[in-house]
Amino acid sequence: MAQRIDVKDLDIYYSDFLAVQGVSMLIEPKSVTAFIGPSGCGKSTFLRTLNRMHEVIPGARVDGTVEMEGVDLYGADVDPVAVRRQVGMVFQRPNPFPTMSIRENVLAGVKLNNKRISKSAADELVESSLHGANLWNEVKDRLDRPGSGLSGGQQQRLCIARAIAVKPQVLLMDEPCSALDPISTLAIEDLVAELKDEYTIVIVTHNMQQAARVSDRTAFFNIAGTGKPGRLVEMDDTATMFSSPSQQATEDYISGRFG
Amino acid sequence: MTTVTTQAGPGRAPDPERTAAVRALLRGADARRRRTDKTMTALMWGAFVLAMVPLASVAWTVVANGMHQFDGYFLTHSMRGVFGGMDAGGIYHAIIGTLLITLGAAAISVPIGLLTAIYLVEYGRGALARWVTFFVDVMTGIPSIVAGLFAYALFAVFFGPGVRMGVVGSVALSVLMIPVVVRSCEEMLRLVPNELREAAYALGVPKWLTVIKVVLRTSVAGITTGVMLSVARVIGETAPLLITVGVVDSINFNLFEGRMMTLPVYVYRQYSQGLVPCNDALDAVCIPSINYDRAWAAALALILIVMLLNLVGRLVTRWFAPKTLR
Repeated sequence: MAQRIDVKDLDIYYSDFLAVQGVSMLIEPKSVTAFIGPSGCGKSTFLRTLNRMHEVIPGARVDGTVEMEGVDLYGADVDPVAVRRQVGMVFQRPNPFPTMSIRENVLAGVKLNNKRISKSAADELVESSLHGANLWNEVKDRLDRPGSGLSGGQQQRLCIARAIAVKPQVLLMDEPCSALDPISTLAIEDLVAELKDEYTIVIVTHNMQQAARVSDRTAFFNIAGTGKPGRLVEMDDTATMFSSPSQQATEDYISGRFG
Repeated sequence: MTTVTTQAGPGRAPDPERTAAVRALLRGADARRRRTDKTMTALMWGAFVLAMVPLASVAWTVVANGMHQFDGYFLTHSMRGVFGGMDAGGIYHAIIGTLLITLGAAAISVPIGLLTAIYLVEYGRGALARWVTFFVDVMTGIPSIVAGLFAYALFAVFFGPGVRMGVVGSVALSVLMIPVVVRSCEEMLRLVPNELREAAYALGVPKWLTVIKVVLRTSVAGITTGVMLSVARVIGETAPLLITVGVVDSINFNLFEGRMMTLPVYVYRQYSQGLVPCNDALDAVCIPSINYDRAWAAALALILIVMLLNLVGRLVTRWFAPKTLR
């Protein structure tokens, strides 16, 4: 089910601007990998290259390879739409479709693709996805209500349910808790811990305690200065990263002595 | 219940001197600002009332002058066989003409305009998009009579000079309508948050389906309003229809053959015929001002049609609006 992602020497450009330079990393299946680092260092940009979402921005492109089990996602015969079906994404701000009910939001990946699905299969998918996102008990009586009527934390879990309803191999999360209160954050973190049994999860976070709590491996990104490209400073097991990182910059950032 | 106090002693009474000082600080002591506020408020209200005066005046004049000729008979009869000062004749043929020709214009303009707007917002990059935007701007400024002449000239190439039929009028109106549709649809599509497009892409939805099922679905309320406004913009056009569709007294349901009457042209036609010279000896019933009365009543009907369209637009808007209720 979950797949391994192998990034080799990736440079990311916005038109001529080199945003992220020379990233190589291995993302293990059925584990949580956290990206930490200061704002603007390219964590989110890098994350978006893992499912070719960054191409949505005009002029954005990459050099290097991103291989999923040996297949280059940027290969000539690879369809970006198919990539995104295998590598799902949850965004910083909850973004349920405002015109759809809770149920329709969960089924969005099916319905928007004009796929036929029987009512019983749809019901099953809605229930299992909402269970997977720990939201079923809260919304099971109001599935036909608009998704935008939920609280922020519930909306974010709805977005996670929507993402896992497509049955991806990998789930990317771009600061999924930054707009949420501590209780909703905890709910999402518990969910991440459960989801890693089935999915490869990559999470970008500004909260180092969160990285320490949820992730198995941590990657630290940094930027030398404004206008310079972001780089991967180091990547290691989370326990090692937070106790004895090999780079001085990592230790400074983690202990709050950054900048 | 516990009371939380930040000061040392619980229930400590505030020092009267401090109270007075704070009151002085907090009181709106700035007389000049208050004066400016009053003046500006008065100015705004004045401007609002001034803007409402012509609107109310037009509405009142049309209703007052059009009411007594405006009845069921007037709405359901044409002008066929009506002459002199007869107390007969109606606008049925003109209503049919206006509705059919405007519908035709909308059928031409909405697909073209909406697709152009989608191209500009979702796909257009670089020189072509800039040129399209530029030409839409230019089109907005085309005088309506020029649009009429253009449509006439276009059809005269195929059907020979003197061609007059409903569809020519529809083409003329669509020339005026397309830029309005493009502009309003473009604005509505740009209002759709990018997050929703990204959410759809991240679910593995191709771009064209995202545009149809997310972008258009989210903005359908605004697009409907825009289309309604553009219809209201062209439904009262007179000059291009006078050239392209002409004038007729009987009912014509066929957009592709023969002249048609339209409400604005009807108003113009009746008004330009002026007072009827009545000869009491000859005519049993002769109303000298019947042409003016019909013109006003037709104007009232036109206003009512526009209002009705707006009402329908509002209902559609409400029906499709994103659900935000808890």
